[in-house]
Amino acid sequence: MSTLLEVSGVSVTFDGFRAINNLSFQIGAAELRAIIGPNGAGKTTFMDIVTGKTRPDEGRVIWGEKSVNLLKMNEARIAQAGIGRKFQRPTVFEDQSVYDNLLMAVKNARGPLSVLFYKPTFRDRGKVEELASEIGLADELSRKSGELSHGQKQWLEIGMLLAQEPRLLLVDEPAAGMTLAEREHTTDLLVEAAKTRAVVVVEHDMDFVRRLNCKVTVLHEGSVLAEGSLDHVTANQQVIDVYLGR
Amino acid sequence: MKNTFIARHPSVLIFLACLAVFTLVVTLMSHAYGTGGLSTSFVKTLGRTLCLCLVALAMDLVWGYCGILSLGHFAFFGLGGYMIGMWLMYARTEIIVTESLANSPIPPTAQEVQDAIGTQIFGVVGSSDFPLIWSFAHSLTLQLLLVLLIPGVLALVFGWLAFRSRVTGVYLSILTQAMTLALSLYLFQNESGLRGNNGLSGLQNLPGVSAGQDAISVWFLWASALALGLGYLLAAWVVSGKFGSVVRGIRDDEARVRFLGYSVEGYKLFIFTLTAIIAAIAGALYYPQAGIINPGEVAPIASIYLAVWVAIGGRGRLYGAVIGAAVVSLVSTWFTGGLVPALNLGFYRIDWVDWWLVLLGLSFVLVTLFAPKGIGGLFDLVTDRMAPNRHGADYGPDKGSLREGEGQE
Repeated sequence: MSTLLEVSGVSVTFDGFRAINNLSFQIGAAELRAIIGPNGAGKTTFMDIVTGKTRPDEGRVIWGEKSVNLLKMNEARIAQAGIGRKFQRPTVFEDQSVYDNLLMAVKNARGPLSVLFYKPTFRDRGKVEELASEIGLADELSRKSGELSHGQKQWLEIGMLLAQEPRLLLVDEPAAGMTLAEREHTTDLLVEAAKTRAVVVVEHDMDFVRRLNCKVTVLHEGSVLAEGSLDHVTANQQVIDVYLGR
Repeated sequence: MKNTFIARHPSVLIFLACLAVFTLVVTLMSHAYGTGGLSTSFVKTLGRTLCLCLVALAMDLVWGYCGILSLGHFAFFGLGGYMIGMWLMYARTEIIVTESLANSPIPPTAQEVQDAIGTQIFGVVGSSDFPLIWSFAHSLTLQLLLVLLIPGVLALVFGWLAFRSRVTGVYLSILTQAMTLALSLYLFQNESGLRGNNGLSGLQNLPGVSAGQDAISVWFLWASALALGLGYLLAAWVVSGKFGSVVRGIRDDEARVRFLGYSVEGYKLFIFTLTAIIAAIAGALYYPQAGIINPGEVAPIASIYLAVWVAIGGRGRLYGAVIGAAVVSLVSTWFTGGLVPALNLGFYRIDWVDWWLVLLGLSFVLVTLFAPKGIGGLFDLVTDRMAPNRHGADYGPDKGSLREGEGQE
């Protein structure tokens, strides 16, 4: 399997605190991966580095078949290259309707002029409606997204992520604030998405990770502690000591 | 397309209708074209107010929609005024000089005419040579182009430097204040070539036009109303659709827009430059009606007033900005014109010419605290009455959805 994203030897320091320490990580073009680890292990910082929000002190982040160096690109270019991100706290544009939120995310030219003269095509409208029914918001399209419940906002954000048609999805705690049924639906969506693209899920909830049924990477103090199937890593004594034992 | 755009935004049509009715009524009450019920100076005040509404519209676009609190847009307004003022002054002086030299025994050479114009314009700052920036002042077309170009390029360069360094929030506001202060200080110098603190004057006279001020004032009112109408249409079109979504997204959560793949800097630069050009057009229409422009007009305080108008009118809605500018500037004219009777408290006499600023500041604070939607928010009361009453109902179908009170936060 070809490698889509390769992070090697990355370190980053905030005011003397090493958030990421010589981290190396790889993911294939169609792979589901869960990242677990205690608080402060560097999970979110790792996502910040990949999406261009944080610049590492050293190391390399290589993307795609053409081996592009992501560290030289800004957030918008990285997103255009095909990396989508879902934040821990649902961040949707609360002042705007569900439809507008989704339409903004649908993959299209992103330059100011092409957006100014943009008119929603039949294909784009169909895509928004299709996504809306997939995330269970088909009847809410005209409502302001600020009026949605917490779980619905999570859904909307997942929908926006899928609308971007990214090749790599970085998903930070997707199941937070969801009911059991919603969690199962989320699992299905992520597993389905990972058949055609790479998906990285950061999650605290071990049951949720178990349902994903995928390779797991355990982070601790900014570097990889263990990697493998969930059963493999949970049997690891070090992982039990730093994470599971608490 | 036109139909659907208007249909989706009925407020645009209502606004344009109100503007047309206003213009018609003022025309029919003017000295030149109607009953004469309104004095020419008041018609000029109304025309100037329309220009202020246009610059407030620009401010609302950049602040209310894009979230950039620019405290420097009056610099662009003033620059637009200076650019048109240069032509007005040059062309009028040229006519006067040619007439007076025509009586001399020997016909004057072109150089002599040029020198005489220079002495007339720059004598007040002890000079008679034309500075380089007056190179195009002889041509109305070129000078009109400069009305758009000079503020546009300044906004483009300033915005590019500021936005690419990701200067946001209060720091950007301070930078824009610094820009307008620097421009004002530069213009105050005699060496700036724009007559220092004297500014440009006599702008109310249109060169080569024999009509009186009563007619000219109405023409400018028409031009200002047309500019405001077109500006409103343009602004409404820009903030509708996906571009408007992205711009409002930038206001609410800049980082999120970036992660969707939009280059936030490009959008901000577009809006900043576009609004600078709108402000410049407003200025170019304002100062011929004011008759004079001097560096005091681009002082930092002017841009702060602009933000106050938009805040009082209601930012984030186009008609709010227009109403705010119109109401506050007209009320301000009323108070500072000494027309309001002084309030005698017995121990102290409140003279409104001095106390108006205190009143304005107080109302700004009160609006910010108690009515953040501003005057424009009153229209929501009307639309709420017309909308179906579903008070107390859940917003959504299931138990987890927000109740009414939560949703309104």
